[in-house]
Amino acid sequence: MSTTTADEPLSSGSLLPSTERRLKLRKKRARRDGISRYGVGASGIGVIIALALIFVYLFYETFPLLKPVSVELASEFAVMDDADSSPSLHMVLDRFEQIGARFSETGAITFFDIDASAGALPGVVRERLQIPTPEGEEVTSFGRAESRRSLYVYGFSDGSVLPVKLDFTQDYVSGRRQIRPELSFPLGDDPIRLGARDTEAYTALAVVDGRGGYIVAGGTQQGHLAMALFSSRANLMTGEVQVQRNDFRLPDIGHPVRQILVNESLRNLFAIDNRSHLYVFDIVDRNNPFLIEEVYLVDEGAQVTAAEFLVGSRSLIIGGSDGTVSQWFLVRNDEDGKLGMARVRTFQSHPGAVTFIEPEYLRKGFLTGDDSGTVGLHYATSGVTLAMKPVGESPISRLAMGPNNSRALIATEGSDLFQILDIDNPHPQTSLTALWGKVWYEGRAAPQYIWQSSSADDAFEAKFSIVPLSIGTLKAALFAMLLATPLAIMGAVYTAYFMAPSIRKVVKPSIELMEALPTVILGFLAGIWLAPFVENHLPILITGAVLFPSMILLSAFLWSRLPRSIRHAVPGGWEAALLIPVVLFTGWVVVGSSPWIEVTFFDGSMRQWFTNVGIPYDQRNALIVGMAMGFAVIPTIFSISEDAVFNVPRHLTQGSLALGATPWQTVTRVVMLTASPGIFSAVMIGFGRAVGETMIVLMASGNSPVVNFNLFEGMRTLAANIAVELPETAVGSTHFRVLFLSALVLLLFTFVLNTAAEVVRQRLRKRYASL
Amino acid sequence: MIKWWKSGAPWIWFHGGAVTISMIMVFGLLMLILVRGFGAFWPHAVLETTYELPGAEPQQIIGELRRSETLTAQSMREAGVAVPDEQILVQRHLIKMGNRDVTGRDFGYFIDDFMEPWRYPKDIAVLERREWGDFYGQPLRLLEQGEVVAAGDDLWPAFEERLRRSNALFDEIRAIERGAIGNVNFRIERVRLDRRRAELNDQLTPEREAELQQRREALQAEYAVLEQRLNQLYADADRDRIVMLTAGEEEITIRLADIVKAWQPNAMSLPAKLGFYVGDFFDFIFGYPREANTEGGIFPAIFGTVAMVLVMSIIVTPFGVLAAIYLREYAKQGPLLRTIRISVYNLAGVPSIVFGVFGLGFLVYMVGGQIDQAFYPEALPAPTFGTPGLFWASLTLALLTLPVVIVSTEEGLARIPSTIRQGSLALGATKAETLWKVVVPLATPAMMTGLILAIARAAGEVAPLMLVGVVKLAPTLPIDGNFPFLHLERKIMHLGFHIYDVGFQSPHAEAAEQLVYATALILVLLIVILNLTAITIRNHLREKYRAESD
Repeated sequence: MSTTTADEPLSSGSLLPSTERRLKLRKKRARRDGISRYGVGASGIGVIIALALIFVYLFYETFPLLKPVSVELASEFAVMDDADSSPSLHMVLDRFEQIGARFSETGAITFFDIDASAGALPGVVRERLQIPTPEGEEVTSFGRAESRRSLYVYGFSDGSVLPVKLDFTQDYVSGRRQIRPELSFPLGDDPIRLGARDTEAYTALAVVDGRGGYIVAGGTQQGHLAMALFSSRANLMTGEVQVQRNDFRLPDIGHPVRQILVNESLRNLFAIDNRSHLYVFDIVDRNNPFLIEEVYLVDEGAQVTAAEFLVGSRSLIIGGSDGTVSQWFLVRNDEDGKLGMARVRTFQSHPGAVTFIEPEYLRKGFLTGDDSGTVGLHYATSGVTLAMKPVGESPISRLAMGPNNSRALIATEGSDLFQILDIDNPHPQTSLTALWGKVWYEGRAAPQYIWQSSSADDAFEAKFSIVPLSIGTLKAALFAMLLATPLAIMGAVYTAYFMAPSIRKVVKPSIELMEALPTVILGFLAGIWLAPFVENHLPILITGAVLFPSMILLSAFLWSRLPRSIRHAVPGGWEAALLIPVVLFTGWVVVGSSPWIEVTFFDGSMRQWFTNVGIPYDQRNALIVGMAMGFAVIPTIFSISEDAVFNVPRHLTQGSLALGATPWQTVTRVVMLTASPGIFSAVMIGFGRAVGETMIVLMASGNSPVVNFNLFEGMRTLAANIAVELPETAVGSTHFRVLFLSALVLLLFTFVLNTAAEVVRQRLRKRYASL
Repeated sequence: MIKWWKSGAPWIWFHGGAVTISMIMVFGLLMLILVRGFGAFWPHAVLETTYELPGAEPQQIIGELRRSETLTAQSMREAGVAVPDEQILVQRHLIKMGNRDVTGRDFGYFIDDFMEPWRYPKDIAVLERREWGDFYGQPLRLLEQGEVVAAGDDLWPAFEERLRRSNALFDEIRAIERGAIGNVNFRIERVRLDRRRAELNDQLTPEREAELQQRREALQAEYAVLEQRLNQLYADADRDRIVMLTAGEEEITIRLADIVKAWQPNAMSLPAKLGFYVGDFFDFIFGYPREANTEGGIFPAIFGTVAMVLVMSIIVTPFGVLAAIYLREYAKQGPLLRTIRISVYNLAGVPSIVFGVFGLGFLVYMVGGQIDQAFYPEALPAPTFGTPGLFWASLTLALLTLPVVIVSTEEGLARIPSTIRQGSLALGATKAETLWKVVVPLATPAMMTGLILAIARAAGEVAPLMLVGVVKLAPTLPIDGNFPFLHLERKIMHLGFHIYDVGFQSPHAEAAEQLVYATALILVLLIVILNLTAITIRNHLREKYRAESD
C-alpha cells in the first residue's frame, strides 16, 4: 500500500483540491482499501471453509458408526407394595420404554413405572391384571412368540393352555400421553386343550401367530410333543368365539422337554431336551412331520441353560452352563442338499452359566444374562459382543429389552429389586469385519460378501458388505481404463508430436469437446443403443480387435510401397487423416460380417453359444460400461498427456534427431521418457474420474452387486449405489450412514489420487523448466 | 519390409490410428444424436401391409418403420420364430403400430420374408392423442353430437377445421387450469398459512380470524366461477368425434378433444412435411410433457435446467472470483497456502455424487431444516426449504463448480504482468484500487472462461441433482406470476434427469426412445450454445482489454 504525499511542489496548486478535502479523500481511500482487504479475505476464507466443510460433514455423519456402545446402569428399584412375591415368568417394556410389566407365576401381570424422568417414580404400580386361571390349578409353563408380536401362552397344571396377547394403547388426555395396557385372548379366555394326551402338564410351550391361526406347541416331562393350529371364528350374532383345532402328529423324543420353539415361517419345530440335545422337525406337512436332525448343542460336560430365537426366528441363540453363547441356524449342505443345524458363530463367553437370552426388536442383536450377575450385549450379524456389564452379585433371572432397543429391565433371582439399563447402541451392524469381511448371513450356506440394504420384511437382516460395491467400482474403472488408456495416450503422443498443426487445431478441441458431453447422454446411448447392438453383433468384439490393428498396419505398409510422387504429395503428419476411410471401411466390414461369422463359427448365435459354453451374459454388462466410460475418460487422459508431450522442450527432441535417431526412436527414448510422469498423472486423474462416474454405470450396467470380474456381467459401483439408495433412506439410520461412508471412501480415494497426480505434474513442470 | 518395420513407421501409423478412432467415435456419437434427435419430428410415411407367419392367421399392419436389422436365422429360431431351415440370415423390422389402447401392443418386430410388399395409402392418418399414444388408421366419418357431418373426400378438411376449434378450447382450458386456478389455489394456501402463523404467534384474534375467513370465501367464490367456466369449456370440447378404421378392420370413435394433432403423412408434400417438422419441433421445445413424460414437450425441463444454471452462476461467480483474488492477491504465500490451493484444485476431480451427498445431508436436511424452523414454522410439518429444491440444487452445483472458477480466475490473475500492478501502485493507487480498477478488469476474460466451464459442467451434471432437487415431474415452474415470482424452494425438472428417467424408468421405453434422443440433442445443443455464447463474450472481452494489457 502506498499513499502519495508531497506532491504540492509538482502541481500548479489550482488543480488540486484543498488540503482538507484531500485528507478526507485519503481517509476514504484507506477505508475502501481496508474494506476490500477484509471483504475479500472473509469471502475467500469463507469459500475455503465451505469446501473444507464437505470433508468435515462426511466425517461427522459417518462418525456415529464408530462410536462405542454405551451400557449404563440407570436405576435400581423395588416394585412398591407388590403383594405378589412369586418369581417372574417374563417381563416386557412398552414402546416408549416408560412402563415395565412382569408376568408372575400366579398369572398376574403387574405394570409399573420405570422412568424416573417423566415425573413418575420407578417402581410405582400402575395397574395389575390377572389372567383367568382354571380353578385350583397352577401355572406350570410359559411360552412366548417373538417380542414384536407380544403374544404369550400359559400352561396350567391340568394340561390346558391359554394364549394371551398384551398390547399397549396410547391416547392423549389433555395433551399428556396416557399408555394403557390391554389384555386380549385371541382364542377366547377359556383355557384350551393342546393335544389328545393332555392329561399331564406341559413343561415347555411355544406360540406363533401364523397365517390362518395360532400355532401352540408343547412338550412334557415324558418327552411327548404336541402341537396344534387353532383358528378362531367369532359368531357374529352372539359374539361367542369358536375355536377349531388341527393337530400335528409329532413323534415323541423320549426325554424331558426343556424348551420348545417354532419358527414364524412354520417350517420347523425345535425341541431341546434336558440332555442338551436339539431335535429339529420339519413341520411343513401337518400330517407328516419328521425329524430332520438331532444335534448336541454344547461342549462336553456343559448343558444348555438358555435358548431363544433372534427376531425373524431363523437363528437360535444357545447359552450354556459354561457361559458360552453361540448362534445356530439351518444351513443347506452344498453337497447333498440336506438341511442341518450349523453353529455359525460364538460370542464372548460369560463368566457364569447363561440364564436368560432376550432378543432385540427389529434387528439381530440380543441380551444375555448369567448367574454371576453379568449382562452381555451381542450382535449376531457382525458377530461381536458389544458389552459385558456386571450389574450385581446375584444371578440374573429375567431380562426385557425395550422396543427401541435403548433400555432394558433386569430381574435378579432371590431379590425383589429391578434394574434399568440405558443402552446407546444405534449402529451395531457395522463393524470393520462386517463391512469388509465375509459374513455368514442367516439361511446362507457359507459366509459371503453381500450388499442388500433393504427388504419388505420387518425381520430382514440388512447386509452391508462394501466389498461387492468396491469390486464393482474397480471393475468398471478397470475396463474403462483398458479401453481408454491406450487410445488416449497413443492419440496424445501422435497429436502432440507427429500431427500436422493444421489438423491438430481441429483434433484437440474436438476431443476436448467430448469432455463437455454430459455423461447422462453417454450412459443413455450405452444402455439403449450400444448394449442391444453389441448383444446382437457379438462377433465384432473379436473381429474388431483383430481387424482394426491389422488393417491400419496393412494400409501403412501399402502406403510405404506407393510411388514417391504420391507419398510426397501428402505432407507429413497427415497419417491420421489418411486412415479415416480405412477405419470407416473396417468398421463397416466388422459389422457386416458379424452374422456370417456367427453362422459359420457359433452355430448361428454367439449369444446362445455363450450360454452353452457356460459364460453368463447380461445385456448391460461390464464391457458396455467399459466402452461408454472409456469414452468419457479418453478426453481427460488425452488432454493432460497431450500437454505433457507437447511441452517436452524442443531442444531435446531436436538434439536426438540431429544425432541421427529416427522420429520413432526419439519418441520412445526421449519424448516418452521425459513426459512419462505427466502421462502417469493423466492416467491417475482419468482413473479417478472413472471411479466416481455415476450416470454411465447407473444406466449401462445392471446395477446388481455381484463379486466377480466377468466381462459379460454387470456390477454396482459405490457412486451408483449412493444415487439409487440415498433418496430412499431414513435419515440417521445405519444404512444412511453407511452410504455416507461410501461417499467418504470415494472422496478420500479420488482426492488422494488427484493430489498425487498434481504433485507429480508440478515436479514435471519444474523439471521442464530446468532442462 | 524389415527395414520398414525397424524405422518405426508402423508405430507412428498405429498412434495415428488411435486418433482416427477417437475422432470417429466423437463424430459418430454426435451424428447418432443429431440424426436420431432431429429425425424424431419428421412425419414418416405410414406403411400398410399383410403379415403372415407360417401357420398363423394373416395380420394386417399399419405403422411406421422404426428401424431394420439383419440377424442370423438361428438366433430368431431361439427367440421362438419359425424360420425356414435353409435360411441363414433374417431381416426384421421394428414397426410402430400405435393404437396402444386397442391392441395393447404399440410396437412389434416383423420379419421381412413374411411381409407382403409395403403399400403407402394416401388416406391413412396419424392422430397424436393426449392419452394412449398415437393412433394409426383410416378416417371414416366425422360426427357432431353423434350425427355424421362429413365423410369421404371433404372429411379431412372438415376434420382439421374442427380440430383447430377443439385445440383452441383445450388451450383455454389449460390456461385456466394452469394460470387462474393455480393462482387461486396459491392464494388459498397463503390464507391458510397466514392463519397458522397468527395461531402460532398467539395473534389469532376474532377480527383477524374473520378477516381471513372473508378472504378465503372471496377466493372460493372466485374458484367457483372459474370452475363453472371450465365445465362449460369441457362440455363444448366434447362435441365432435371422428370414427377411424384400424388395421384390424375395427371402427374406433375418438373425441376430437383427445387429439393433439393429426396428419396424413403419405399425402403430404415435401414443403408440407417441412412445415409440419418445424411445428412439431417447436411444440417439443415449448410444450409440456404428457403421459409420464413419454409424450409431448420438454419445456419445463429446459426451463428448470436454465433456471438452475443461472442461479448457480449468480452464486458461483462472486464467490469463486473473490476466493481466487484472496488466494492470489491477499493470502500469505507459503506451504500452507500451497496445500490449500492443491486441495481446492483437486476438489474439481472429486466425484460429483459426493457433492450430491453433501448437498442432501448438510444443505437440505441440516441447513434447510433449520431455515424451516426459523422462517416457515407455519408450514410445518410440510417442509419448505428442508426438502430438495431449486436453491439447493444450484448451491450444490455451485460448490461443485467453485474449483473450476477459482482455478481459471487464478490463472488469469497470475498472467497479468507485475509491471502493470507496479505501475498502478507507483502512480499512488491503493492496493484495492489497483486490484479493482486495473487487475480484475484485465482478468475478466479468465473469469468468463471459468464461468463457461462451470456452466458447461453444471448443465450436464445429473448424479448430484437426483439427490438435491430434480424430479421427474414438477407441477409448477420455479418462476410464475405469484409473489415472490422466483420460487427457490420448488422442485425442478432437468434435461439430463429427463433423459435418465424417460429412457430407463418409463413403462413405454420404446415409444419414448425418439423423444429421449431429441431431449439428448437439446441438451447437447444447450451446452454447445452456452459454451459458444460464453466463448464469444470471452473473445470480445479479450479483444477489448488486449490493447490495455499490452
